[in-house]
Amino acid sequence: MNAGNGNSPDISIRPIAAGDLDQVIALDAAITGIEKTDYWYELFHRYGTRGGDQRHFLVGVRGPQVLGYVIGDVRDWEFGSAPCGWVFGLSVHPDARQTGLGSRLLATICDGFRRAGVRTVRTLLARDNNLILSFFRSQGMMAAPYIPLEMEIE
Amino acid sequence: MKLQTGTSLALYSILEAAGNPERQISAADIATKYDVSIHHLAKVLRELGRAGLVESTRGAGGGYRFVGNAKRLTLMDVIELFEDIGTRQPYGAAGAAVTDTARALDHVLSEIDEIAKATFRSITIATMLRLVERHGRGGNGPRHP
Ligand SMILES: CC(C)(COP(=O)(O)OP(=O)(O)OC[C@H]1O[C@@H](n2cnc3c(N)ncnc32)[C@H](O)[C@@H]1OP(=O)(O)O)[C@@H](O)C(=O)NCCC(=O)NCCS
Repeated sequence: MNAGNGNSPDISIRPIAAGDLDQVIALDAAITGIEKTDYWYELFHRYGTRGGDQRHFLVGVRGPQVLGYVIGDVRDWEFGSAPCGWVFGLSVHPDARQTGLGSRLLATICDGFRRAGVRTVRTLLARDNNLILSFFRSQGMMAAPYIPLEMEIE
Repeated sequence: MKLQTGTSLALYSILEAAGNPERQISAADIATKYDVSIHHLAKVLRELGRAGLVESTRGAGGGYRFVGNAKRLTLMDVIELFEDIGTRQPYGAAGAAVTDTARALDHVLSEIDEIAKATFRSITIATMLRLVERHGRGGNGPRHP
């Protein structure tokens, strides 16, 4: 793959189309090691075609090639908080990284959140995924006033 | 979370030098700005020099220059040169008996340590400089891209 520059005008960011889905599934599988075809079809169904202002599933493409995606939605009063944007998936193809595409994808979904009237964006990250933590930090994100908790419920 | 004085001086020095790449920073400037001991600071700067993060030049107009990679150097990288925040001594090892209570307390304290470490590991000097700028503009909340 020709990496190019993530900011170059030949890469556009647009809502996902059905024909992009296989590449998104493959990109996610390459990064996480798990192929979740049903999950992505379900997300496409809910976020891709009839998301409106509340749900966003965007891809960064050069021609027919998907170089990255971002997915998120506006959540109202979740965990007692005022409506805010949640980003729950963001990946850039390894050959297209560090050229600004991740930043562009995030900025574009934030534009969508603004249109939906929210002024805060959140995400939840694995503590040991330093790459994605560093990325979101570089974009200006700070710790939110929440603490994720869990327990085993055999 | 409190860092040792030397560690804070190291972070101030790195941020001053990396934030002003076009000019040499003198130890006296940093000492005055942060109201700290110049002797302690000189020691810290020597350590940063040994680690290859700053370079010093002598003579008139001499001082320190940042020579690290601001986009990759993290707060953790700098902190680790001066103190070990990575490994908590279990209570048992400090001479006290290893009881269930001590183990449970250890568990809670290590939760806090892990969050602190992940935070320091994920913030680069470049990210920190942007944060400094935002505070300078009077804001400290998250920026919305
Ligand atoms: C995180 C990710 C989206 C970043 O995408 P990207 O297109 O490389 O990001 P950008 O080029 O816009 O980088 C923006 C900033 O992020 C930070 N960053 C990006 N890659 C970095 C790296 N390897 N190390 C440290 N910081 C990094 C830098 O601060 C960078 O700013 P700079 O360009 O001024 O150095 C991409 O690396 C990725 O997809 N990683 C895997 C994601 C993942 O694990 N997804 C599964 C869970 S959702």
